[in-house]
Amino acid sequence: MRLAAPTSPTVRSVRSLPPVRRSFLLISLTLVTLVVAGALMWSGEEEPAPTKQVTSRQVRIDVLDGPAEQHRVQIDLTMYAPARTPAPAVVLAHGFGGDKTSLTGPARNLAERGFTVLTYSARGFGNSTGKIALNSPEYEVTDARQILDWLARQPEVVTDGENDPLVGVAGVSYGGALSLLLAGSDPRVDAIAPVMAYNDLSRALLPDAASAEPIPSDTPARGAAESAGVFKKSWAARLFATGTGGPGTDERSRPDSEGDMARGPRSEQPVTCGNFTSEVCAAYTELAESGSASRRTLDLLAAASPRSVTDDIDIPTLLVQGQQDPLFGLSQADANARQIAAAGGKVKMIWFAGGNDSAAPGAASWRAIGDWFAHHLPDSDIPPVPDPGTGFSYQVRGETRHEGGSPLHTMVAPSYPGLSGERAERRALPLYGSPEQVINPPGGTASATAALPEAAPESVGSTAGQTAVFRTRPLEKQLLVSGLPQTRLSVASVPGQPSSGSAVLFAELYDVGPDGQREPIGGGSAPMRVTDLPADGRSVQVDVALPGAVRSVEAGHHLELTVTTTDRAYASPKNPAVHVVGLAGQRTISLPSVRSRMIGEGTVPTVALSGTSVLLLLILLSWAIAALLRRHGATAADPDLADTPLVTSDLVKAYPGKLTAVDELSLRVEGGQIVGLLGPNGAGKTTVLRMVLGLLRPTSGEIRVFGHRVSPGAPALSRTGSFVETPGFLPHLSALENLESYWAATGRPTSHARFEEVLEIAGIDSSAQRRVGTYGQGMKQRLGIAQAMLGLPDLLVLDEPTNGLDPPQIHRMREILRRYAATGRSVLLSSHLLSEIEQTCDHVVVMREGRLVASGTVSEIIAGNGEYTFRVDRPEQAARTLRLLEGIGEVECDGERLHADLGVHPPAVAVNVLVDAGVLIHQVVPRRRLEDAFLELVGEERH
Amino acid sequence: MRESRTDPLSFEIPTSTSTPDRSDGSAPGYRANRTLPVRVELRRQFTRRRTRLGLGCLAVLPLLLLLAFELGGDDHDSHHTLADTATFGGMNFAAFTLFAATNFLLVVIVALFFGDTVAGEASWSSLRYLLAAPIPRTRLLRQKALAAAVLSCFGLALMVLMALGTGLLWYGGDPLLGSTDEVLGLSAGLLRLGGGCLFLTLHLMWIAGLALWLSVSIDAPLGAVGSAVLVSILSQILDEISALGPLRMLLPTHYSTAWTELLGDEVDWTALANGVFSGLVYGTLFTALALHHFRRKDITG
Repeated sequence: MRLAAPTSPTVRSVRSLPPVRRSFLLISLTLVTLVVAGALMWSGEEEPAPTKQVTSRQVRIDVLDGPAEQHRVQIDLTMYAPARTPAPAVVLAHGFGGDKTSLTGPARNLAERGFTVLTYSARGFGNSTGKIALNSPEYEVTDARQILDWLARQPEVVTDGENDPLVGVAGVSYGGALSLLLAGSDPRVDAIAPVMAYNDLSRALLPDAASAEPIPSDTPARGAAESAGVFKKSWAARLFATGTGGPGTDERSRPDSEGDMARGPRSEQPVTCGNFTSEVCAAYTELAESGSASRRTLDLLAAASPRSVTDDIDIPTLLVQGQQDPLFGLSQADANARQIAAAGGKVKMIWFAGGNDSAAPGAASWRAIGDWFAHHLPDSDIPPVPDPGTGFSYQVRGETRHEGGSPLHTMVAPSYPGLSGERAERRALPLYGSPEQVINPPGGTASATAALPEAAPESVGSTAGQTAVFRTRPLEKQLLVSGLPQTRLSVASVPGQPSSGSAVLFAELYDVGPDGQREPIGGGSAPMRVTDLPADGRSVQVDVALPGAVRSVEAGHHLELTVTTTDRAYASPKNPAVHVVGLAGQRTISLPSVRSRMIGEGTVPTVALSGTSVLLLLILLSWAIAALLRRHGATAADPDLADTPLVTSDLVKAYPGKLTAVDELSLRVEGGQIVGLLGPNGAGKTTVLRMVLGLLRPTSGEIRVFGHRVSPGAPALSRTGSFVETPGFLPHLSALENLESYWAATGRPTSHARFEEVLEIAGIDSSAQRRVGTYGQGMKQRLGIAQAMLGLPDLLVLDEPTNGLDPPQIHRMREILRRYAATGRSVLLSSHLLSEIEQTCDHVVVMREGRLVASGTVSEIIAGNGEYTFRVDRPEQAARTLRLLEGIGEVECDGERLHADLGVHPPAVAVNVLVDAGVLIHQVVPRRRLEDAFLELVGEERH
Repeated sequence: MRESRTDPLSFEIPTSTSTPDRSDGSAPGYRANRTLPVRVELRRQFTRRRTRLGLGCLAVLPLLLLLAFELGGDDHDSHHTLADTATFGGMNFAAFTLFAATNFLLVVIVALFFGDTVAGEASWSSLRYLLAAPIPRTRLLRQKALAAAVLSCFGLALMVLMALGTGLLWYGGDPLLGSTDEVLGLSAGLLRLGGGCLFLTLHLMWIAGLALWLSVSIDAPLGAVGSAVLVSILSQILDEISALGPLRMLLPTHYSTAWTELLGDEVDWTALANGVFSGLVYGTLFTALALHHFRRKDITG
């Protein structure tokens, strides 16, 4: 029976503050709803919200119940109507201690799915009047029937016929049992979904896990068929306290005396009975006092148990049961399933991780319930769902996740085993341990505390003398336990020791890890009452069904079966007794393990997997596209330039926001030429060379090497060798290793490299093993040039090759370059020294500020165009004299010097004329206009 | 510097032979797809002290851990972390070593190998010569990344094998005790460890990609390596802030230890797949950025 506001059975408790709790619940529910709604809207998978308007109305109706249907009781109910009515109806019945508001959330959700949902407070709860009769057929079940009558008259409800609504009934715990009882007594109910319900109340409150008869093992969760076992006093006390205290009542104010009648229930019976009918009250009092039940009590419990009507339930039934439920365990659902299936009902079983004192059924369970009704109460306005079938599912707690928390895995099987045909699979593990004496201490004081919701599992008893322990060997393979484990035990009296001829024992099963960590399997212990023990010590053998559980037992762990004499949750005999407990029968523990497969709920990382495959596909695709573009992107070579090592046309390199580094530069290097690129530092020489080598992208213009257009990494560049600014070597390798490594990186055959020759060019001993890091600048420079010459490229591009070399080395380098060009290869070198260019090159290109200033053969550049400079004693007279010459160009004076463009006249003519005029000539030289300008620029750079 | 002979060369430079007309204008023997073979690049890297130091660190780590365990007392009776179970056997020791290296050492080593690829060459000024050789830029980046990947995988394998060897010798071949007390035999345990290495290989692609990108963006190799490690540390710090909630899933380091799932009996494949996916996404993103950047880059260094 689900406790909406768990109240402690002890009067000392001061922590029940239901109003606060309720508002807290409301706030959290609202928050959860908001979050869920937000998530749904975010995902955009659901229909838009406006179609899901739910309206609710509250009604109080009068019902007549009791043995002669003459008790008038007012029932408080709320009806939630979907946007489109009439619709199939769903009645939701709350758990023990709750009221109609307990199921507001599920009710609204179901209404949003299109059902007309009715929740009501059962008699004795909430604002309904009357007393609690524990789902008595005469009271609660009669009330429910009359609610169906009322329902049939409502315009929001679809009817099957006159006074017959199309209705499904779901309920939680106490309400779940009501749904079963109603379905068994009212043929108008079309489908039910009892959650955490019981089958037999006497077996729930007076369980006996031991049975002299063999316990069938066709279904996985079959319990022992005995009743009138051991009184589950703690739970009964809690339920009774809930009934007497009632929800929303502070327990401390509950009177123990008659002095507070004003606040007591409207009754003439003792206030200790609270809101219970006198029959229920009497039964409880008897049970609590004696620990055993009389015939009358058993009859009362039997009548209030669904077991009495399950023979008549042949409608679709969805059984939802908690896996950790010490009150209404898995065996209760198992019994319901067997009986309803035998009666012809369609049964689907869902076990969820939770129970009456732990987690309530979650959204997934309610979704399954919604699906069940959507399928079995068909209506055009309700979105159709696939047939939920008659399968079986349960949940296994996985290990702690990377994200924190442990996942719940849902396992599914095609059907609940044992209902038709196939039996549940079981695995028997041998148990070891010799018979042991166990003592029931006087007073039956509990040392074991399992099955109490408050009990910590660590405190589970190990009291000497009270517990017998039997163990399995460590498991070789992981084993998934799903259902009620069974074993067979022998119990005997000990002659000469006290015994009443009947033993009360509690069996528990533990999962013990390699390090000794024990965790109980299943909620609570299995109480046994073994009767008719012969006084002479002969043993009685019983089959024992242990508490139901779903648990994955890891390989390497072993199981431990403990049999103890006391359990605080149960009423043990007060008389001292000694018994011997031992293994019997096969001496095994039989563990049900339903063959199933794991499904969904995040176990399949779909996002990551699909994302990964999409990503890989994209990578492949872009690769293919890139390859395709490369194939078609090659530009045609210019056949006219096939023998011209280098042509640049209108080359521009501009950096945004800065000076243009190279501006419209066109130059040409022919075969066998040594072309010098002359210009002061910063003129853009290195930029040009880097563009030629594909290191920089030109802003505009074009470079062609042997007719092939140069882009970064253009294959034609393999015919060039280069040295740019500084040498680049791996400092930890020797000279030869560096050259070999570099050549290997070009991927060309080693035979083409000519390491020996090139090292000789560099003037470096090839056997030197020194690391390049230790080289001086000159040596590195020479090695750099040597690297450029590897493979004797057709075009050598050298940037300031003589920097850092001493004069003899410079001289040698010039000679080498000249001889290199003499073989038909070409050299393009840059320098800021005119003398250098003058002595090495045959062609020169002069640059200034990125622009081409002049280009031509060195002699042309040096000679100028017939311009000469005369140093004379009388420059003015000399100028006048020269201007008289026919065809002479510009003549200008510059201090002592006279610059003249002689035009067609050779210099000798000019000298003669000047001598004739009596001018004294100190010097006649070709005017080196470029050098003047150039030196000025260099001079500026150098200061 | 001593040579000053008038005849500079003792040999004749052969005359230029007119090259047969190769359609792409390349020199004889040159093929773009043969440039910078991984083997050559590996030799270039493997001869470096930095590479050897990194690999040495990985190889020595198990020995250091062993020493630490032997010097420190064994005073824990619970075993809920890998550190608690490290001395249970060789495989547990290897698992712990891998775990200890996951968040920092491996990140640093991978960042080192990948961050040094282009930036290292740039710092030696040798990058321009490789590119002018010419090695196509995409190919240069690819080959260097491949070599770095080989080195990284080698380092990871070296560390795990060293740890396994040390652990098996010292602690024996006891089965692997997983995070939920289940026990895995030798072959199963080795398989799980191998799976862990595989996961890390894929997951660490993010730092590899990031370091590669930084390597082409920053010319100083240590700057690239350091920045990548810094990003990893920042990501780990942010990952500690639980208030960020699911946003933390976006952090590249969020799934770095997801491989420990493999040591459990029941593997959370979601975390593993997410980790691989996250590594792949970031790795691809950063690699694409690196390619984009490098292909358009003006090489001045």
